[in-house]
Amino acid sequence: MVELWYAIVALMLTTYVVLDGYDFGAGALHLFVAKTDAERRQVLAAIGPYWDGNEVWLLASGGALLVGFPKALAAGLSGYYLAIFLLLWTLIVRGISIELRSHVEAPLWRAFWDAAFFGASALLAILFGAALGNILRGVSIGPDGWFSLPLFTDFSGRPPVGILDKYTVLVAVFSLLALTAHGAAFLHWKTDGLVQLRARLSATVLFFVVAVLWPVVTYATHVVHPEFFSGFVSRPLAWIAAFVAVAGLSTACLSMLRGRELAAFLGSAAFLAGLLGATAAGLFPVLLRSVGDPRASLTAYDAANDEMGLRTALGWLAIGLPLALLYVAILFRIHRGKVVGATGRDGY
Amino acid sequence: MSAGDPLFWHRLQFAFTIVYHYLFPQLTMGLALLIVVMKAIGLRTRNPAWDDAARFWIRIFGINFAVGVVTGIPMEFQFGTNWARFAEVAGSVVGQTLAMEGVFAFFLESSFLGLLIFGEKRLGSRGHFLAALALFVGSWLSGYFIIASNAFMQSPTGHSLNVDGTLRLADFSEFVLNPWAIAAYLHTMTAAVVTASFVVAAVGAYYTLTGVHLDAARRFLRVGTTAGLISAILVAFPTGDRHAKLVARHQPAALAAMEGRFTSGPMAGITLIGQPNVAERRMDNPIEVPGILSFLAFGTFHSGVAGLDAFPESDWPDNIELLYYAFHVMAGLGTIFIAIMALSTFLAWRGRLMRTRGMLWVLMLAFPFPYIATTAGWMTAELGRQPWVVYGILRTKDAASPNVHAGTALFTLIGFAGLYFVLGLLFLFLVMREIAHGPKALHG
Repeated sequence: MVELWYAIVALMLTTYVVLDGYDFGAGALHLFVAKTDAERRQVLAAIGPYWDGNEVWLLASGGALLVGFPKALAAGLSGYYLAIFLLLWTLIVRGISIELRSHVEAPLWRAFWDAAFFGASALLAILFGAALGNILRGVSIGPDGWFSLPLFTDFSGRPPVGILDKYTVLVAVFSLLALTAHGAAFLHWKTDGLVQLRARLSATVLFFVVAVLWPVVTYATHVVHPEFFSGFVSRPLAWIAAFVAVAGLSTACLSMLRGRELAAFLGSAAFLAGLLGATAAGLFPVLLRSVGDPRASLTAYDAANDEMGLRTALGWLAIGLPLALLYVAILFRIHRGKVVGATGRDGY
Repeated sequence: MSAGDPLFWHRLQFAFTIVYHYLFPQLTMGLALLIVVMKAIGLRTRNPAWDDAARFWIRIFGINFAVGVVTGIPMEFQFGTNWARFAEVAGSVVGQTLAMEGVFAFFLESSFLGLLIFGEKRLGSRGHFLAALALFVGSWLSGYFIIASNAFMQSPTGHSLNVDGTLRLADFSEFVLNPWAIAAYLHTMTAAVVTASFVVAAVGAYYTLTGVHLDAARRFLRVGTTAGLISAILVAFPTGDRHAKLVARHQPAALAAMEGRFTSGPMAGITLIGQPNVAERRMDNPIEVPGILSFLAFGTFHSGVAGLDAFPESDWPDNIELLYYAFHVMAGLGTIFIAIMALSTFLAWRGRLMRTRGMLWVLMLAFPFPYIATTAGWMTAELGRQPWVVYGILRTKDAASPNVHAGTALFTLIGFAGLYFVLGLLFLFLVMREIAHGPKALHG
């Protein structure tokens, strides 16, 4: 049951990154692929129906982590206190910028919210990347099971570690590039005209940059966390996930060259899902890795809710998640097809 | 508690962010019901004026909802960042309903909000009504899951205690169907309808007094005063009364502090006016109606009601004065709301409301007071729960994160204050623009 819940939380977080990732990416490209007000409305209309629902996956994953592994949520969120608030405030600015932009027609008002949307989206892609870097590298957990991390120390990646060091910054940059490529693939699929053309250019370049950078990040991960890959060998799930990631990225690169819109986006989604799946499978059962003493690591078994609590939550999750997927399916059905430029449609 | 004590800043930050956040969902939840009512009348009567009225309120709903969403996200995360020991001890139980809120309510709301705001042409009138219904169901479900989480903190049920002091779920239905949750839910939701009714009526009164959008104004006043009277009565009786009886049974120390009762005894009265003097342990300048508290709490005038002297001082709520005033502000305003709405419904029934300028002025200016009443009500609930975070199980002082410094918590509190101030300005600016534009026809 603990293993199942570990998989559930990992899957929900992966779903979150794949879904909200494309609207972060669209935001990070917003100022570059869309120049006129009509084009910017086109970008916002493409993500408009979905972004709020995508963000709910973060809240739902947080809820699943709380009910599945209360101690991990408690130690993790309090240990990264300031980083979490930076993340929350950025989410607030981003949400507001999408919602408020359309209410006033003045060009300065719209230019301001466009910039805020771009900045917040890019910062979130960076912050989530740094978070992934921290999970892979580990933290200095105290003997009482709690920790508190400064924003940075000497950037060396050796204890005492900070949230930002050369490894986590590398993962953050990688995350920004990968999510921007993902967003570009989404815009390429859901828009037309100049926005689509610019998105295609960005996506093609970005996917190849990601493909070049990926082995570098993988090697760096091996340096900061050598046991990660030695454990990898004996885990078929990790292998399958890694294969999905490779296949996904290849599909994305090739489909971009051939202009196959949906295939490129799905390839990118498979790449991100495979990458995160392989990470989760490789780290199991560790939730919070201790950089000093490996015995201080917080594992899924230490942090889990009891059998009854996990079984109950599994029961309602089995009803609730299919419903959530049904809503997404209805939305994609209603908004099927492209957001055509200069439709003048109000909102978003 | 001092400025160097992180607990003080953790409490202040949670209080500030939750009070600010709840200004928005209370209107969302109440308005969702009124929008469904307007859409339903529009669907039945085929009168497009009702759809215009609903569309105006959907615009306001959308702005309000956006601020509610973004200020709500930090609430869930603060259980981990600021109240990590609470998450560790009680997360396995309250995590159930907190996570259910995301899965059952937020997905529903976020998926259909865009369709409600922008999809009227695309969906047609029946489909648009269904989108309004989805938002109503989603926001009212959301309310239940949050109230159920809070009810566990107020009066824990369905749990058992592990040897290491953490809690585990023992009986899911006992936990989810906590009698406290049901009573508090009905009380809170009817209060949300009161807020929305006052806001709808206030805009109606404003338009009438200015002499613009008179047709819409008449509809706003009709819906606002009718729903306002019904909900203002329901908030007091039976829901408020039922809730007070649960407080008397499960949190007797809180009831004593709410009423400023320092000594136990039968024929307990309610204090209409007076100041609690905690140092001297008595009420100063009280005006009391004897026997009423005994009757309200336990059904007979002679029932004994415990005073604060029945409890060790370490179990007293730690801010008795604020608790006392918050409760009296809530109860006093609740009574005034019934009077305002009864009078305006009577005038509307006689067809004189649109011409009675004095009453319209009152309705136009009264809308902030339901917000004050709901805030005071929540302060009563949360201050009355002290010194516990989970009543009788986990003390507030043992619930905060052990690894966060006072200065760090103060820093984020200041950050929230600044960000929320700007957010409030933007909100008011946009809502006032919408009100100035007024209701518009669909193709206008």
